[in-house]
Amino acid sequence: MTEESAGPVLTDAALGGDDVLVRVENLVKYFPVRTAGFVRRTVGNVQAVDGVSLAIPRGTTLGLVGETGSGKSTLARCIAGLLPVTSGKVTFDGHDITNLSRRRMQPFRRDIQMIFQDPYGSLNPRRRVGAIIGDPFAIHKTVPSSERKRKVQELMERVGLNPEHYNRYPAEFSGGQRQRIGVARALALRPKLIICDEPVSALDVSIQAQVLNLLSDLQKDFGLTYLFIAHDLEVVRHVSNAVTVMYLGRVAESGSREVVYATPRHPYTAALLSAAPAADPDAAASRQRIILVGDIPSPIDPPSGCRFHPRCPKAQELCSEQDPPLEVKAGDAATHLTACHFPVEAGENLAAAAGRR
Amino acid sequence: MSITEVEFQVASVENAPVQAVEGRSQWQLTWLRLRSDKVAIASLIVIVIMFALALASPAIAALVHHPPNTAYPLTGENVAGNPVGPGTNGFLLGTDDTGRDLLVRILYGARISLFVGVVTTLIGTVAGVAVGLIAGYFGGVIDTILARFTDAVLAFPYIVLALALAVVLGPSLTVIIGVISFFAWAGIARIVRGQTLSLKEKEYIEAARSLGAGPFRIMFIDILPNLLAPVLVLATLYIPNAVVFESTLSFLGLGIQPPTASWGNILATATNFYTVAWWYTVFPALALLITTLAFNLLGDGIRDAMDPGTERLLAARRGAKKRRAQRREMKGAGPSEAFPDPGTQAQPPIGLG
Repeated sequence: MTEESAGPVLTDAALGGDDVLVRVENLVKYFPVRTAGFVRRTVGNVQAVDGVSLAIPRGTTLGLVGETGSGKSTLARCIAGLLPVTSGKVTFDGHDITNLSRRRMQPFRRDIQMIFQDPYGSLNPRRRVGAIIGDPFAIHKTVPSSERKRKVQELMERVGLNPEHYNRYPAEFSGGQRQRIGVARALALRPKLIICDEPVSALDVSIQAQVLNLLSDLQKDFGLTYLFIAHDLEVVRHVSNAVTVMYLGRVAESGSREVVYATPRHPYTAALLSAAPAADPDAAASRQRIILVGDIPSPIDPPSGCRFHPRCPKAQELCSEQDPPLEVKAGDAATHLTACHFPVEAGENLAAAAGRR
Repeated sequence: MSITEVEFQVASVENAPVQAVEGRSQWQLTWLRLRSDKVAIASLIVIVIMFALALASPAIAALVHHPPNTAYPLTGENVAGNPVGPGTNGFLLGTDDTGRDLLVRILYGARISLFVGVVTTLIGTVAGVAVGLIAGYFGGVIDTILARFTDAVLAFPYIVLALALAVVLGPSLTVIIGVISFFAWAGIARIVRGQTLSLKEKEYIEAARSLGAGPFRIMFIDILPNLLAPVLVLATLYIPNAVVFESTLSFLGLGIQPPTASWGNILATATNFYTVAWWYTVFPALALLITTLAFNLLGDGIRDAMDPGTERLLAARRGAKKRRAQRREMKGAGPSEAFPDPGTQAQPPIGLG
């Protein structure tokens, strides 16, 4: 965290109450930028995740949205223990799992699984599907090798694959089928949490729906908890109980799905929602789009104060000076947090404000 | 999308369930492609014959009644004491300077040459893969040390070092195998390291880590299968190098010692007699040439067969224009959910110059 920022104000309610499976507190992940050459001096940091807190209640889905470069995937990898954390804390099921060694992380690996974005890149092209799905059993030795094939074929059937394709290579499957292979692999150890890192963004729309329905069926059957990363707002609305919006390594807004989609308080959330394509042409015509200028700034040298201020239609002097805390704004539900000095009010025309700039 | 293409796609979707359930592995596909490469198959046959002859050399020696180290001063040398030519007195390829049967000596030499070539390549490949995987996967200080050491070995004037070692340790088969193996691993290690560096960034490696796989499981179960293709090609191409290396050492008198026959030491003495006995130089040199050429051509063939791009090339060469056109149309239609193209996705590019 940068020095000037006051730590986010988080109530227990905002962090999901009692039955929380995953709790992330003030998580910071910097990637050092080093000079090339023999003596590698650190000349800066990519502030990929900079003080993020969130909580996921057991059995629910938290949708994590934000544009490319907002730190969603880095956050996911920190929670999964794939990247060491710079500072902050990750608690899973009551245990602190921050920066555990590989050996000590091993029991938690069973409970935390990932589904990856690229169904082509996340399956080893040289290994048979049966071996890929059976990998978790082989690594954790939960199933003796004599029963492995039967177990894998059960999993394949459960995710809608033909168990007879056990000996095929990933290249012989379509994108949707490959993503089902990824789901089967993630499901093998009966995890508690599955981190879905843009699991459907590489699939075409009809296949997306199939995979999403599969994920929600599995959630019902196995009581899974999902951290669901996406940049497609409609997908997130479909699957999530709660939504967290990230911008440049920070949480801009978070709250229950209904509240965030109906009454966004952060101008960035409002802009994102207004940019989502609407299927209804009448609604699309009457909609006011908030056009954001510029690109997401470099996380090596983030803007001062509120990180969104250079692109914000409502930005004022204060925004570039003071970092807004993530807090409950007046009139909002106790679970609805916004990091903004001048939150959007009901009926406000942001599009007009954006046009004036 | 043309009508014919629609029909073609529909047909292929209908045919899909009839397809064999067993997936065709890269090795099966490689073999299918290699089979249509006439040069590679001819080379393979030559190599098999060479190995067969080398193994059968005692039998052949018994057949012609000429043990390899027995001199025949009466029948094997002419009145001037020089070797006799091919076909004389039952010596099919003539004799050498002491009147020994050249054919039998060349066949016994093949045993040594092929043995040294294969064994040193095996040792070098295993060591090179291990060093390359460890350097590439762990990175950091380990990589720096191993990679610099590899570079140092590659930069060495190896003949000089080999000669020095042979002189100090005394020439023997073990020393030769040791010396050649020592220089065999570095080239493979460098290629494997480079490939590992790029492979370890793949998402499926991250997936393996997220499952809790340890570094050695990732190296040998996840990365190694992706490396086998380039390693196999490199190993095939290294065998002739090792054969020539052994011959060089023997030629210089620091390898296999007479009277044991080796192509190198036969050639070394033959150079004194080339004015009176051309066969003495030509036949062992020919054996060396044919063997190394066959291995090199086979290596090239395997490399082509492992590269999915050459399938199209071979198809074009055979004049299968129709199939090619269809494939191009399929490509143009983009990756289809119903009909993935296994050929293009199955193989990572092989980074070989």
